[in-house]
Amino acid sequence: MSLAPDLTAPGSADTVFTASLLDLPEDTANTRVVVAMSGGVDSSVTAAVLKEAGYDVVGLTMQLYDAGFTVGRGKTCCAGQDIYDARRTADHLGIPHYVVDYESTFLKDVMDAFADSYIAGETPVPCVLCNQTVKFRDLVQAARDLGAAALATGHYVRRVATPGGAQLWRGADHNRDQSYFLFTTTQDQIDFLRFPLGHLTKDETRAIARRHGLAVSDKPDSQDICFVPDGDYARVVRELRPDAAGPGEIVHVDGRVLGQHDGIIHYTVGQRRGLDLGGLPERLYVIAVDPATRRVIAGPRSALGRDRFRLRAVNWLGHRPLSEDDGTRITVKVRNSFRPAAATVFAGPDRTAEVILDASVDGVAPGQACVFYDGDHMLGGGWIIRG
Amino acid sequence: MGHYLDYNATAPARPDAVAAVTAALSVPGNPSSVHAAGRTARALMEDSRDRVAALTGASPRQVIFTSGGTEAMALALNGFSGRPVLMSAIEHPCAPAAAPQAERCPVRPDGLLDLDALAARLADSTRPPPAAVVVMLANNETGVIQPLTEVVALAKAHGCAVICDAVQALGKMPVSFTALDVDFLVVSGHKIGGPQGIGALIARIAEQVPPLMTGGGQERGKRGGTQNLPGIAGFGAAAAAVMAQGPAEQIRLARLRDRMEAEVRTMAPAAVIWGENSPRLPNTSCIGLPGVAQQRQVMTLDLAGIAVSAGSACSSGKLEPSPVLKAMGASDATAREAIRISLGWATTEADVDAFLRAYAPLAAACTG
Repeated sequence: MSLAPDLTAPGSADTVFTASLLDLPEDTANTRVVVAMSGGVDSSVTAAVLKEAGYDVVGLTMQLYDAGFTVGRGKTCCAGQDIYDARRTADHLGIPHYVVDYESTFLKDVMDAFADSYIAGETPVPCVLCNQTVKFRDLVQAARDLGAAALATGHYVRRVATPGGAQLWRGADHNRDQSYFLFTTTQDQIDFLRFPLGHLTKDETRAIARRHGLAVSDKPDSQDICFVPDGDYARVVRELRPDAAGPGEIVHVDGRVLGQHDGIIHYTVGQRRGLDLGGLPERLYVIAVDPATRRVIAGPRSALGRDRFRLRAVNWLGHRPLSEDDGTRITVKVRNSFRPAAATVFAGPDRTAEVILDASVDGVAPGQACVFYDGDHMLGGGWIIRG
Repeated sequence: MGHYLDYNATAPARPDAVAAVTAALSVPGNPSSVHAAGRTARALMEDSRDRVAALTGASPRQVIFTSGGTEAMALALNGFSGRPVLMSAIEHPCAPAAAPQAERCPVRPDGLLDLDALAARLADSTRPPPAAVVVMLANNETGVIQPLTEVVALAKAHGCAVICDAVQALGKMPVSFTALDVDFLVVSGHKIGGPQGIGALIARIAEQVPPLMTGGGQERGKRGGTQNLPGIAGFGAAAAAVMAQGPAEQIRLARLRDRMEAEVRTMAPAAVIWGENSPRLPNTSCIGLPGVAQQRQVMTLDLAGIAVSAGSACSSGKLEPSPVLKAMGASDATAREAIRISLGWATTEADVDAFLRAYAPLAAACTG
């Protein structure tokens, strides 16, 4: 069903990033490309290869949240290490660099949405929201305002130009692939975006960083969600929504009340931690979280399996529209670290859809993204809803 | 070649200052040493003190060299630690930072201190009387010149000391410590084309200032630490250069600024010139462009080689809406549409022309 794109592009530390590989104009000196620079090695290398190719590169780093928030201190006004690293990389490459302040929109569109989703008993994916709003809406606009031909990021996804418009494909290194987090990207945005690292492995990226003498060459990968660096989601949710926490019952799928918990924000579907109730013969998992009754539903692993679920806010990037009646054959990922599973998707009203899996899978959690693929071609996706 | 229009952030060093700094770096002596080299260094330092005193209308014995305006303000306020202090709502952040207990006095929409509010607060016998009033001579963002004569009269009538931040005013309008009749004046070297890292507190009775650092007793015990001789020499040379230029330079800058503002108005009739109808420094223009974020304006201009600034950017790049413009009644959104263009000794007609060319597409994006 898909067009046959050229996927023979080289992927190595010696890759020459030509205009055609980058799908950018040949007149490099008069083509401005804005690079979203996080201060990490990936976006630093993205800026380096574009600069090396001769483009008029401008680095933008987003100020997204108060650094004091993430370490639990009071309000501060100091540049974090990542902004410092981005600035030093830009200095090293000799490109203009600016810090753009998106704190208020990041709070509203990403952090508040994250907290609300958690409180609603869901398992949110804030990185998708960030890409959808702050990065590909606001930063894209900022790049256009600066007269840029494109916005480049360090995501590990391949952008494949075809006569029918650019497509997004999984990163060549499937272990690094970030297409899951980009499912809300629109065709307009894909046309404007560039992902020069999509053909590379992380080792190749680091090799390029070393070749350019970047100080961040060996900087560790960022782990987890940027504004929850210690992984303590519950603390962040409590800070954002102080009234949300409250105790409730842990109930077995068979109806037995197993015990008490001190807040549904500590539980997500598929989790085993926090269910050490003692004296129970079977190993228990969180099967569901019900915000209305503040109940955590627990059960054996077998109860985790799902073979159908519904989606909202579906973004479909396929060539032909999604079918309502016959369904469209695809593969899906229901979380980032998930081997794509065969499924049929049926379009519903108001950008909803129903996904029917060929075989049931564990850990389909409301709030997670279900992302569609045809092989490596990412076709969009939707948000998994309850029921 | 870029066009530097951010003199209120820092002015390019004047050639005389560069020469003086370079020469001072070759003087081996410590001004505190008794030998000939020390005496040479001391003479250079005192010559510079004379020049700074001359520019500010003070006596050399009233001049205490510091690392800059921020330290000078902290030194002045050190004498009022823990006591009631009243300061205008538009002071540079170094003032409230050095006196967190300070009450703020509002300004009017035209950017001038609200003298009625000041008088009412000073006359309010139900609250502790302020020991000091802090009012800047001219604002760093808008250039609006504050009514110091009236402030001093009111303060004196209530037995209240006056600390005046003249960092932005110095070199851009006549400044006389004696004529102002304030108790403390804060000045800085790099804003007048001297080097960074040097400033001074001018105190009516310097002997009474409690020091922040005593160290080896330099600056007559008011500021310990070996003096920054190259900085002091550069400050002195810049002060002398300003004196030599005289009021003609201020008239030249005012004409440049007025032409720039008139052409901005023609391009974007909805542009807001903050403090437009108030007495202003001749070099400063704070212009809001409805619908165009200041971040975008500053980046676009910079990429075109024009250096201007947006309000009070903190070191992280996080842009708080300007407290100065908010004190004048601006909303957060309006405050985030304003940039500051500030001219100075090396600014030419060509710089203003280049600014106007780069500004045109922004003016075209104005939604007002």
